[in-house]
Amino acid sequence: MKIPVFRVALISTASFLPLSLISLIVFLAIYSWPAIQFNQFYFLWTNDWNLGNLYGNPVTVHGTQVMPGAKYGIWFLVVGTIVSSALAMLIAMPIAIGAAYFLSEGVRKSWAGPLSLFVDLLAAIPSVVYGLWGYALLVPLFGQTIFPFVAKTFSFIPFLNGDPGSGYGLLTSAFVLAVMIIPLISATLRESIRMTEPELKEAGRSLGLNRLEVFWHITLPKLKTVLIGVGILALGRALGETMAVLMVSGNALNYLPDNIYAPISTMAAFIASQLDSALQDPTNMAVEALSEVALVLLLITVVVNFAARLLLWMARVR
Amino acid sequence: MATKAIERRNIVVRSSARGFKVSLSRRVTTVFAWMFVVLSFLFVATMFVSIIGDVIIRAWPALTPKLLTEVTSGIGGGLKNAIEGTFVMSVGALLLAAPIGISAGIYLSEHGRGGAGKVLRFLSDVLVGIPSIVLGYVGYITMVIYLGWQFSVAAGIITLTVMLLPYIARSTELALANIPLAVREAGYGLGAGEGRVVLSILLPGAAPAIMTGLFYAVALSMGETAPLLYTAGWSNYMWNGQFTKEPIGYLTYVVWTFINEPFAESHRIAFAAAFLITTGVLILILIGRWLLVRGQRRMGVYQG
Repeated sequence: MKIPVFRVALISTASFLPLSLISLIVFLAIYSWPAIQFNQFYFLWTNDWNLGNLYGNPVTVHGTQVMPGAKYGIWFLVVGTIVSSALAMLIAMPIAIGAAYFLSEGVRKSWAGPLSLFVDLLAAIPSVVYGLWGYALLVPLFGQTIFPFVAKTFSFIPFLNGDPGSGYGLLTSAFVLAVMIIPLISATLRESIRMTEPELKEAGRSLGLNRLEVFWHITLPKLKTVLIGVGILALGRALGETMAVLMVSGNALNYLPDNIYAPISTMAAFIASQLDSALQDPTNMAVEALSEVALVLLLITVVVNFAARLLLWMARVR
Repeated sequence: MATKAIERRNIVVRSSARGFKVSLSRRVTTVFAWMFVVLSFLFVATMFVSIIGDVIIRAWPALTPKLLTEVTSGIGGGLKNAIEGTFVMSVGALLLAAPIGISAGIYLSEHGRGGAGKVLRFLSDVLVGIPSIVLGYVGYITMVIYLGWQFSVAAGIITLTVMLLPYIARSTELALANIPLAVREAGYGLGAGEGRVVLSILLPGAAPAIMTGLFYAVALSMGETAPLLYTAGWSNYMWNGQFTKEPIGYLTYVVWTFINEPFAESHRIAFAAAFLITTGVLILILIGRWLLVRGQRRMGVYQG
């Protein structure tokens, strides 16, 4: 029998992809194992990230060496990550749907091509440039003008009142994240709207609905699965976004936001900003605890992406 | 002609007299919905213009030849080393990721209907969603610490490669899937083996779309910061050709660190770096799109 050399070569190179995913999880799990043992489940639910007294002598707790007073709890990161992403989704979803409708059916075809460049190119801008834009333009604008105004005008709504802060914080992060994920949602949705059977739309039109009503009552319900799938996919992106959030979130430590202007930090931004100080820990426990943060973030995004892909796969969209 | 005009007028008269009336609430809702739709597009367009405009305006004073001839120093200087580093790492990651990613894409498109193919596609889709900072951290603990490479070019390139693989595999798969089955059948019918069919028939046909995917991938790797922070490190000097134990500078790092310095000079450099990355990325994306359009027009048959 002849060995199919070409196919074997294909399979072996293609297996790099799943192997890299599995090795990512395995390496992180192995490396953070001492931290997992030391922190147990308190890691997720407690709100206390403290490297301990870095000038003291290491003490032995639960059989592992740590600095005196060291505690690792990331509840504030869990809250910051989830709340900022959820808020970003809340801002992004309606706008993305509106923009997708505008570009697929709202304008004539010859205009839609050039106009959709705005959306497509927005998706291509590097995240650090988003961060720079947020830092240099949004933070002063929001902090000095918009947040104080909003906080004063809507002082009767909980979470919108209180100290408007400096501009670095939850709402600014959510806004930047929203601008980053709008093009993702919008692009897929635009294609799906175009792919929807024209017969359905024609049937709606013949019943006397206008174009927007057809979209709202017929096309959009039909695309529900796609919408949810793409939404979750964008959520995954927002959860893992690092640089943009790092530059506008205010990098709060052990602090839970009490209104939408308060500084926060997310897991991804925390990993990026804390390694330098974690390296000061001679027992290496801080670096391993950071690795545990990365593992938690990895597992969250894997679950989120898994769900999204499953939904999209069921809706036959890729 | 005259009768036709009268008929038409009759219809108009009748419909305005007895046809159903659209209720006020429906009309108002529609008007508001239209306003929302137009405004949401305008919002997206405004954000794009605002980001690009902000970067261009603030980078303008710093765009001098000095950027290309000097290396970064403390708070200022040029960007020669960072430009070189970004170039080295993007090209390096592309050279590593393109062969693997393209073969994975070929496998997915030609044999991807079976169970193994489905699993592979699913996992590669999940891999796309892994946050890049996690990739960077794994690169740090494996290559920088465990293998002892320290902050190095190789660690940065390999981390970027893992990030690019699923993108390249996906774009190759889609490009090949657009080629009709009949083309493959013609190849096999002439007695060509699988390798010959893929290499001499399918790949040339899908070349424009694959190239577009590669351009997008380079654009992506150029703009990344998070996976490089802990793998490539940072260096104020030009790269000396060493792959391990030698950190390297790159543009996105300049954006992030120099904006945090309290000096106007460093801020200008940060914006200049942001300007260079943004233009680079946008130009690559536009070239990619142009290649695709041109390829489709030339080939005609394979709609991408």
